[in-house]
Amino acid sequence: MTTITGTLAARIGADIGGTFTDVVLETAGARHSAKVLTTPAAPELAIIEGLHQVCAKAGIAPGAITQIIHGTTLATNALIERRGARTALITTAGFRDVIEMRTESRFEQYDLNLVPPDPLLPRNRRHVVAERMDAQGRVLLPLERAEVEALAETLRAADYDSIAVGLLHSYVNDRHERLIAEVLRDRLPGVMLSLSCEVSPQMREYERFNTTIANAYIKPLMKSYLGRLKGQLAEQGTTCPVFLMHSGGGIIDLETAAEFPVRLVESGPAGGAVFAAEIAARHGLDRVLSFDMGGTTAKICLIRGGTPKTARVFEVARSYRFKKGSGMPISIPVIDMVEIGAGGGSLARVDGIGQIRVGPESAGSEPGPACYGRGGLRPAVTDADLVLGKLDPASFAGGSMVLHPEAAAAALTAHLGDRLEMSALEAAWGLAEVVDENMANAARVHAVENGEDLAGYTMIAFGGAAPLHAARLCEKLGVARCLIPEGAGVGSAIGFLRAPFSFEANRSVFMRVSAFDPALVQRLFAEMTDEATRFVRSCDATAAIEADYKVYMRYAGQGWEIPVPLTPDQAQTADATAFLARFEADYAALFGRTVQGMAAEITVWSVNARTPTDPVAPAPAVIRRGSPDRVGQRPLFDAGLGVLTTAGVFARASFAPGASVQGPALITEDETTIVLTNSRQAMRLGDGTIEMTKAEG
Amino acid sequence: MAQTKAVLSKVACQVMWNRLISIVEEQAQALVRTAFSTSVREAGDLSAGVYDAGGAMLAQAVTGTPGHVNAMADAVPHFIRTIGLASMAEGDVYLTNDPWEGTGHMHDITVVTPSFHRGALIGFFACTAHVVDIGGRGFGADAQSIYEEGLHLPIMRFADRGRVDQTLVSIIRANVREPDQLVGDLYALASCNEIGHRRLIGMVEEFALVDLAEIAAFVLTSSRRATLERINALTPGVAEAAMRIDGYDRPIDLQVRLTVERDRILCDWAGTSGVDVKGINVPLVYTKAYSCYALKCAIAPDIPNNAASLAPFEVMAPVHSILNAVHPAPVALRHVIGHMLPDTLYGALDQLLPHTVPAEGAGCLCNFQLSLRPGSATAPPPGARRAEVLTFNSGGAGARPTLDGLNATAFPSGVMTMPVEATEQVGPVIIWRKELRPDSGGHGQYRGGLGQFMEVGAYAGHEFDFQAMFDRLHHPARGRQGGGAGAATTIARDDGTVMKGKGKQFVPEGRRVCMAFPGGAGYGLAVARDPAQVRRDLALGYISAAAAMRDYGLSAEDCADVMRRAELGEAF
Repeated sequence: MTTITGTLAARIGADIGGTFTDVVLETAGARHSAKVLTTPAAPELAIIEGLHQVCAKAGIAPGAITQIIHGTTLATNALIERRGARTALITTAGFRDVIEMRTESRFEQYDLNLVPPDPLLPRNRRHVVAERMDAQGRVLLPLERAEVEALAETLRAADYDSIAVGLLHSYVNDRHERLIAEVLRDRLPGVMLSLSCEVSPQMREYERFNTTIANAYIKPLMKSYLGRLKGQLAEQGTTCPVFLMHSGGGIIDLETAAEFPVRLVESGPAGGAVFAAEIAARHGLDRVLSFDMGGTTAKICLIRGGTPKTARVFEVARSYRFKKGSGMPISIPVIDMVEIGAGGGSLARVDGIGQIRVGPESAGSEPGPACYGRGGLRPAVTDADLVLGKLDPASFAGGSMVLHPEAAAAALTAHLGDRLEMSALEAAWGLAEVVDENMANAARVHAVENGEDLAGYTMIAFGGAAPLHAARLCEKLGVARCLIPEGAGVGSAIGFLRAPFSFEANRSVFMRVSAFDPALVQRLFAEMTDEATRFVRSCDATAAIEADYKVYMRYAGQGWEIPVPLTPDQAQTADATAFLARFEADYAALFGRTVQGMAAEITVWSVNARTPTDPVAPAPAVIRRGSPDRVGQRPLFDAGLGVLTTAGVFARASFAPGASVQGPALITEDETTIVLTNSRQAMRLGDGTIEMTKAEG
Repeated sequence: MAQTKAVLSKVACQVMWNRLISIVEEQAQALVRTAFSTSVREAGDLSAGVYDAGGAMLAQAVTGTPGHVNAMADAVPHFIRTIGLASMAEGDVYLTNDPWEGTGHMHDITVVTPSFHRGALIGFFACTAHVVDIGGRGFGADAQSIYEEGLHLPIMRFADRGRVDQTLVSIIRANVREPDQLVGDLYALASCNEIGHRRLIGMVEEFALVDLAEIAAFVLTSSRRATLERINALTPGVAEAAMRIDGYDRPIDLQVRLTVERDRILCDWAGTSGVDVKGINVPLVYTKAYSCYALKCAIAPDIPNNAASLAPFEVMAPVHSILNAVHPAPVALRHVIGHMLPDTLYGALDQLLPHTVPAEGAGCLCNFQLSLRPGSATAPPPGARRAEVLTFNSGGAGARPTLDGLNATAFPSGVMTMPVEATEQVGPVIIWRKELRPDSGGHGQYRGGLGQFMEVGAYAGHEFDFQAMFDRLHHPARGRQGGGAGAATTIARDDGTVMKGKGKQFVPEGRRVCMAFPGGAGYGLAVARDPAQVRRDLALGYISAAAAMRDYGLSAEDCADVMRRAELGEAF
């Protein structure tokens, strides 16, 4: 990346979200951003529009842009909305229904009328061939080329655009999948292929097949979109390289993205996590809870030592109230985050036992919360925030929109207050407490799953709704410090510009520590390093490349592995004792103690190759000083105390470095408002970040 | 002021109830993460709960096992009675696997931990997990009494003020086949309670509580009121139903009488068959669990489980009936009968609450265990080994009043199947087939869920014992409102040798076991089925052309047309 960070660099980060497309331009020393409405029919148009806006602000021509990094919800949305290509599956005979039978369980235990999501491909598009490998990759039943050739003719007649190939145990032996690919390329040259041994070479057929099918399903769509984007950019004179943000928090080139589009799923939120990681580095923070709350959902992610936590499987397109198990599993390297249906538009109701429930149903932008005055009648989180005094009805979204408190109060009364014998204010209080509690619970469960205690963490809050809820969330989680960075409204797009080129290669190979084979281990790591490096090299031919080595280990008999990071030296030396020592230390840290007398084993091997990120300049130190002039005051309800307080209102722009204010207070900016409860104080740091801490005394 | 105060606690109580449910979910999650037995970590056969100082259950994690529903609610009072509140101390951990004071068989270990705050006992945490082995004859129906089913651990201390009882650990280790796994699981159970305790103390401090009395009263009062509202909205009445199932060597009759009254529902299993000589008998606590679960699904699905929301459902069965077996009856496979209770009960509930409950389904899980070993006929190949492999599988669920039944999905159990690729890593086993079984769902306006085919064998040079735990070979699921029956279970070797639905059976080298698991029954008359759905079923291969013509009157030409279009990949 050294070639493009010089004085002439003009880099664009572009994030296509469900409602808005954010475009950020960074030139030496300056940053400009634009928020334009997403154009679902031709998403590239919003990027071009945003590009012109930021170029105009910066006073440069589109041709002067040196690099574009792009992330998008298109892949995710295509899976959610089932707008993919005409796709077929070829799988092992006897296993046609793997993606339909799922885990054979119900994700909601008490609902007699449960409806599981349809599989991505209906049964008549799933075909089988006679073949079989065993778990060690030995051929039990050879695949006959003639059978594949005959199947190719059947598939030709059905006119598929894309074909997924997923055979049992292909993660250990891919020979049969490769043979199928060879025949299909020969017989059906125009059809796109996705092989499970390439897309996701990991054990567990349901996850692997589903991931491969998802890739095949969105491949034609994404390939065509990326081609059009490139063409449109060229028409504007922008011929610089275009890279894509992937779900693991790194960037890959356009060709790789078109080949493995499933890796683009959730790339926007991944950019947000990278954004938070950079803020963390700037402030020297080792343990960070990133909290990204928008209109529909809240995303929570743990960042240790400047790196977001990653995982190997996640679930997309949950169909039943964001319930675990109601979506489809995708096994790709991904930034590990929890996403819950808690955003500004999340709607509230009273359930059968008199409890207030919030989300995941959302009012969206049309009609929006009741206070938008566009016909919404049900109370949303924003309605509660308005009634509690967190928002100024006259200056929402930089004054571009007037909110209607009486409509918010009426909705709260009609749907909550009347049922629970509460006033509108009390109902708003209850609603806000429930949504904050939901987010706090999600954060706690996520921390426990990662063996972490949030007490020593710093929160980094961004996204339009997060600053309104961060203080209360900190109170609930016992988090003493929270940072609200500048540019929080376009955090994901800024994050894209901070991401390294990276690619993670994975292999499922089981090995007991007692049967450790150093030669095989060295070969595995060399192979994966080569694969991952090759991808990164295709993005940047000259930069230095670093590799992170990791194995997933467990006690034989356990079902959950824990990630064990290795130094390059440990990976290359391949010494069993070193692996075991690292595992036992990490296991004890996570679960309190090791398990005596149990054999340990390695299940998954991983190499992540990446370019080094630019060193982060620490935020300059500041000297605390008094508060700026207040621009007003208004009543603010403090949920922790359960009373109305009087809060001073301050403009964020008027805070000089070191300027501080004591809660209760409200700090306003165009895109959002920072709410300081009675228990918090705030100070502007050297880089413009607002630091919110627990007030003394 | 007084009014503000009352409302303040109302919002706080809402938050704390939410928190208690989150705490037990965390507790359960910690157990899944650290457990060794596949039944816990892959299939989710566990539960976790929090209790007030009197032993009343306040919240329970929603896990894969309705069978633990009431058992968990009843467990802690047994511990309080046996150990005595006075002798409980910080750092103590208690356990049992008593089928009658725990959760119905000795493979379930229940661990209880008292929760102390500032020196005072404020509540309890309990959790239960199904372990893979507890010694004895192994997991199966073949024992003739509880003494053959393994190591029996009455309620006792596992840790005394933080010190684990090593004598107990040595006795356990000496009596089970997988000692490391079991002891690992005991530690996992203890630490998941510890995680719950830490979170509870966090909540108690945050809200400056002295004890749980106030929040317990709120949870229990709200739950009781909500449950009674649902019950009192029903039309009072009495209904009876019966269902006959395979049993072990002789058929079992399940007979129920359901009475809906003001403020309670009575569920009486009088008339049910007596205790069986084999290990398929059910302790009352497990009968209560599946009866309650079925009623709650139909009447109050959204009310969380706790002492008050369960209390209005009163379940009884005559002593020495198969649904109230007492010591020393063998009970290892109590789930095979227990999983059939909701279907039976729904036969009665359908008369009192029409258009609500599904038709009968596969009922019990279609589980089997393989004991693999190098073959005795020829010299074993290099690398030959022994292994125990347990798999959980499901048949089809019954059709619903407005929806088809779920294909190959567990009901009433909620456990998950294991990935084939993961199972084949455990031992020298090959699963040759695991896919949907066409034509197995009963016909009807809404079709029953499909069962599945499975075919299993061993690596070359290996033989195995096959432990079958199947039902519905002779008594398939029956339809409702004119719907057709689901297909019956079948099991045989690939050479045609007949096999039994239950018990341990030898399978020689080179042979496979071929199974077809049962389908769910249909709901309503087949003539009323939407013809578009019939064509879709045919296109997707859920039904054959023969069935489409016979059951739904589709013409041969239509069938040919649908199948041609299906092959061309058309969407239906």
